[in-house]
Amino acid sequence: MRYLPKSPAERQEMLTAIGAKSIEELFETIPEKYRLHDALKLPGPLSEAEVIDYFKQRAGENSLGYTSFLGAGVYQHLRSVITDTILLRGEFLTSYTPYQAEISQGTLQAIFEFQTLMCQLTGQEVANASMYDGSTATTEAVLMAERLAGRGRVLVARSVHPEYREVLRTYAKNSGLHVEEIGYTKSGTVDAASIKSALRDDVAAVVVQSPNFFGVLETLPGIADAAHGVGALLVVAIAEGVSLGAVKPPAEADIVAMEAQSFGLPPSYGGPYAGVIASRDKFVRQMPGRLAGETTDTEGKRGFVLTLATREQHIRREKATSNICTNQALCALAATVHLTLLGKEGLREMAEQNVSKAQFAIGELEKIPGVKRAFDGPFFNEFTLEFPRSVRMINAELLKEQIAGPLALGTAFPELTKHGLVCVTETTPRTEIERFAAAVKNILSNPL
Amino acid sequence: MAYPANYRYTKEHEWVNAKDGVATIGITDYAQSELGDVVFVELPEAGKKLETGKSFGTVESVKAVSEIYAPVSGEVLEANPALHDKPETINSDPHGAAWMVKIKLSNLAELEKLMDSGAYETYVAAKGKEASA
Repeated sequence: MRYLPKSPAERQEMLTAIGAKSIEELFETIPEKYRLHDALKLPGPLSEAEVIDYFKQRAGENSLGYTSFLGAGVYQHLRSVITDTILLRGEFLTSYTPYQAEISQGTLQAIFEFQTLMCQLTGQEVANASMYDGSTATTEAVLMAERLAGRGRVLVARSVHPEYREVLRTYAKNSGLHVEEIGYTKSGTVDAASIKSALRDDVAAVVVQSPNFFGVLETLPGIADAAHGVGALLVVAIAEGVSLGAVKPPAEADIVAMEAQSFGLPPSYGGPYAGVIASRDKFVRQMPGRLAGETTDTEGKRGFVLTLATREQHIRREKATSNICTNQALCALAATVHLTLLGKEGLREMAEQNVSKAQFAIGELEKIPGVKRAFDGPFFNEFTLEFPRSVRMINAELLKEQIAGPLALGTAFPELTKHGLVCVTETTPRTEIERFAAAVKNILSNPL
Repeated sequence: MAYPANYRYTKEHEWVNAKDGVATIGITDYAQSELGDVVFVELPEAGKKLETGKSFGTVESVKAVSEIYAPVSGEVLEANPALHDKPETINSDPHGAAWMVKIKLSNLAELEKLMDSGAYETYVAAKGKEASA
């Protein structure tokens, strides 16, 4: 695609056509004091050698040699070099949105396979070509439920990722959507009794996450029945996709919103990751974004096209189902390659390793005097511990030992200042779990 | 396809067939030919009040999703249940089997503001010239 900037003469011609004297005149609606008159304060250009040097220095700031026990929505998992080899192929890496089926069969087939995998994992009938990430997918799922139910109240569990809830609140703020939060129990699960008492026929959706932010698995069937009883939809968010290798898929959900980072995308500052939205076939026309569909060409051969795109912004403008303008095709491809390499058995094995290692870790940590399991609900690869002192103080000491300790829950949950969220995956060596437990024990044995 | 003489038409290409205070509404042959193959229709439920000029549903073709605007105001008595499974009827029989809703008219005078078949044919013919110009 060529991009040809306008010449000064063409600009003048355009200005004359619309009756404006200058380009500045077009910005007059912006108050004078907000307009920029100086050049942006940016450093000057660098030579290639200087740019490479700059990035080498920044790369050196990465926490190499550290062992991390952080999860909370972003997970360290094994990934194969094959994934990157395929991603880096120019046909995928630099391809544009596959609007033209005749030149985009590879990308479209990859998206179609991604959708198929997501349906198989989530127990749903239809999945779209991907969303930005788990948080925006969750919000889009709520907006979808709002359109389907024609109602404006939403019940969201506090055990849903705090950042997912923040994104939802941002969307809800000026849209008339009313979001109510539901607390958690001693087991660390959403308070189902509070959901039941808050459910009325004005509720569009109940939103829960499983495994939830505390790492605990929610019991979905009861919540689904309660929601369906008043005509509300159940939205299930999943932040850790690998859990689906060990946990029953949330088939009772009406919409599943998932973060696909765990499938072949390394943890990186700010992403990019990929969101998933999957639902029932009958709800497909309220699904945001686009889908790749299988069809036959004029010669009767199997082929793929973008479908449902008729409801997107470039066609429907302000009447579009969503303001998402694209999808995460390359990240979705990473997930597709990764899952295809792993296979059904591989994913199950990986998930089982997470369960065993997390069980081993909690056993080691619980032996430390003053360290307690915070919630008694079942968990996958993350769990919440209560420590006898502030988690931040413990973490400062752990960093000296090259250990990134548990996530301090106090920031998002003021009632949990002594609580930390520990994550252990198949990548965490047993010896590192033991070193971590020993370090915590040592720190706590020192007086404050 | 001929435009029935007893129908009334809008500039947005809907037709109205009014009889005994009840109006049957659909989209015209010109509208269906512009849309292309129709794959889905969204229609209101019985009891919904339509306001003149406001959107009351959508028609989805392989090319686009378009709004259907109410030519007259009134309350929906029935939406055509057959269109859900056979939306392609809109392409094959737009003025007959592919009626969309039947409404109880709230203001009979509104019908007078709509075009008759002759005026609509002239309007559509002018559109055709515009497109080929």
